[in-house]
Amino acid sequence: MLFVLPAALLLLGLIAYPFCYALQLSLTAKQAGVPGQFVGLRNFFDLFRGDIFRHTLRNSLLFTAVAVVIKTVLGLGLALLLQRVVIGRRVLRGIILLPWVVPSTLSVLGWWWLFDPLYGVINMGLIKIGLIHERIPWLSDPFWAMAAVIIVNVWRGLPFFAISFLAGLVSISEELYEAAHIDGAGPAASFVCITLPLLRPVLGVIVLYSIIMTVSDFNIVYILTRGGPMHSTHLFATFAYEMGLASGDIGKGAAISLFIFPVLALVAYCQLRITRGQTR
Amino acid sequence: MTWRRCAGLLGSYIGLLPYLGFALFPFYWMLLTSLRTNAEIYDVTALSFLVQGGVTLQHYGYLMTRSQFPAWFWNTAMVSLAATAISVLLSTAAAYGLVRIPFRGSAWFSIGIFITYLVPPTLLFIPLSRIVGFLGLSDSRLSLIVTYPTFMVPFCTWLLMSYFVTIPKELEECAIVDGATRWQALIKVVLPVALPGVVTAALFSFTLAWGELIYAMTFISTGPNKTLTAGAVAELIRGDVFYWGPLMAGALLSSVPVVIAYGFLMDFYISGLVAGSTKY
Repeated sequence: MLFVLPAALLLLGLIAYPFCYALQLSLTAKQAGVPGQFVGLRNFFDLFRGDIFRHTLRNSLLFTAVAVVIKTVLGLGLALLLQRVVIGRRVLRGIILLPWVVPSTLSVLGWWWLFDPLYGVINMGLIKIGLIHERIPWLSDPFWAMAAVIIVNVWRGLPFFAISFLAGLVSISEELYEAAHIDGAGPAASFVCITLPLLRPVLGVIVLYSIIMTVSDFNIVYILTRGGPMHSTHLFATFAYEMGLASGDIGKGAAISLFIFPVLALVAYCQLRITRGQTR
Repeated sequence: MTWRRCAGLLGSYIGLLPYLGFALFPFYWMLLTSLRTNAEIYDVTALSFLVQGGVTLQHYGYLMTRSQFPAWFWNTAMVSLAATAISVLLSTAAAYGLVRIPFRGSAWFSIGIFITYLVPPTLLFIPLSRIVGFLGLSDSRLSLIVTYPTFMVPFCTWLLMSYFVTIPKELEECAIVDGATRWQALIKVVLPVALPGVVTAALFSFTLAWGELIYAMTFISTGPNKTLTAGAVAELIRGDVFYWGPLMAGALLSSVPVVIAYGFLMDFYISGLVAGSTKY
């Protein structure tokens, strides 16, 4: 008990209490510098009536769904390739993890420069090899801006998926594949009947974890687009930052952040169910 | 090795190549930009993948002498090391207590740790910024040292619990029978065995603290008190266009400590990453 106390106090004081405080703030019309007045659920009604928040909801769903699906599919592909590689696997694994190791704030600054419409190497390269004739308005057109933030999120998250899946793959017994081979199963059949079912717990845990981390992303969107153009890439975190800190409407800002919570609760519930199932 | 297997292996390497390019190119381009003269960076007509007009260190020089980069570096190092030390200390005690000295409600507390591990920093930055204000810590490095452990302690505790579970109880019982106290048993008997876990926890904490952005941006307002990430995002980006050289140099230099730590301790890193997905 004594051992646990310091950590418990920290988590109570700086996670549980701030969470309750966020709930309270979200029910007040708190502005920076003035005491907030209790307004009930008005902040939430106002948000739902506003276009920007509806955009934010749509963006968060689109961003998270597309990015997580791409990361899962490509991550599985990468893990399968890596598993077959024997020589240099350690080095390859080390290189592949780099995008995930380098703090995203810093690498996203690099991506921002890559996407620069005029001097950026992506547009210059695509024009040079003749794939496009006009510069793509990365970051200034709603469609391309969303594509750009998804690309960067995939770039950053893919190594985590690939290495985690690889760990799941190597724990599957080789004998199962041999038995399936003797029974006449092809590679596709053994992938569907052995690999996927046995990888399911790992797959579930990683996808769920990634959902909460993707939906709560701040760095990528803030640096690349600041939520623009025309709020087409705002996520909860960037919109909450803009509303709560840049505009000083603290009550509404807290209300926006709180929309991450239902996702968190759902993910935590599913993960606990998966882990319970494993230990029983 | 049969011809077929050889071809398959070669195919795997070739299949990984495009991904390696995708993973590493942004870093390569950042390095290239940081070493080029402005004239070469802003030449829209020429696209080259090498430095053509002579390598220059002018951007690094600018960073060191004419920006607050050295101060930011120092701040980040202080904050990251202090927050890491606090987190590892609290988590080791908590994990040990939860695994070895069960008390009423310790199972619930473990679930609480797991849920807080999923709480993204973007959920609570608004209430936390108010709390930091009440505590009189606004605009100080201390505000970050106090708040960073909130997202490090849950992860470290969870990770260390999985290490402590695997250590046989008899080991420390012997020590206690021989007259050691709980603390002595933990420090002299259990910790040396669990050292890989402690190193992994410290490495992850350090990396997370080093790259954190939203707290640093929210709690710290004056230039010299900023961390590397917040400083680069807020101060290196100027109104004019010609900031890409120093910005890329800054982003690369800022990543160096994390990449060095990763290079030396890669295996710990991977074991920590995998622990999230398989070691429940």
